[in-house]
Amino acid sequence: MVVRVLEADFDIGAERTALSAGRTDIGAVVSFTGLVRGEAGGAKIDDMTLEHYPGMTERALQDIEAQALARWDLQATLIIHRYGRLRPGAQSVLVAAASPHRGDAFAAAEFLMDYLKSRAPFWKKERTPDGGTWVDARDSDEAALERWSG
Amino acid sequence: MDVLYFAWVRERIGLPKEELQTDAATVGDLVEELKAREDRYAFAFADMRAVRVAVDQELSELDTPLKGVREVAFFPPMTGG
Repeated sequence: MVVRVLEADFDIGAERTALSAGRTDIGAVVSFTGLVRGEAGGAKIDDMTLEHYPGMTERALQDIEAQALARWDLQATLIIHRYGRLRPGAQSVLVAAASPHRGDAFAAAEFLMDYLKSRAPFWKKERTPDGGTWVDARDSDEAALERWSG
Repeated sequence: MDVLYFAWVRERIGLPKEELQTDAATVGDLVEELKAREDRYAFAFADMRAVRVAVDQELSELDTPLKGVREVAFFPPMTGG
């Protein structure tokens, strides 16, 4: 049950190893890594700046994690989200869910990402040769949340 | 109370944070008070459907009361991931 918000890069292999270190009851770890794309709507992106709300970000991520833990049989979860200026190809986010069996781990990892997209206070600004643009929230991200309700 | 602004709301208002003395009863009242104060607030809060609010770091609504509140934040819909 780990939430980290940081500027520095992370090492997926080291995080995966740490998640199950010293235990043999975990049968499945599903992880998702988000990367910064170098293109959006046909425009080349020089870099992306992620802004966040220190304090609320950690609370929101812990709340999302608690919802996942209440919903599935999870032995460990991990959310790492970066902020600051990131170049195309850089890692921006890592979520992982560990469970005795794969079903719960797959579902929980997807749930964590869907909630994080539109319920954690992060904002992206893409810088292109024409200037900077704040990324709009997508209707599809909101729709992705609805399938988890009820 | 502290009032915080993020992303394009911050850019339009021109600062990330300020301390305000207000008698506004709700978030909506605070928004109206600020809009009447200066153009840059009116610009940032022109379409409140595009603005989200957090009261003491919890997502809230325009009718959320401000009594006893320490921190209010305004920002666009979130785009994490």
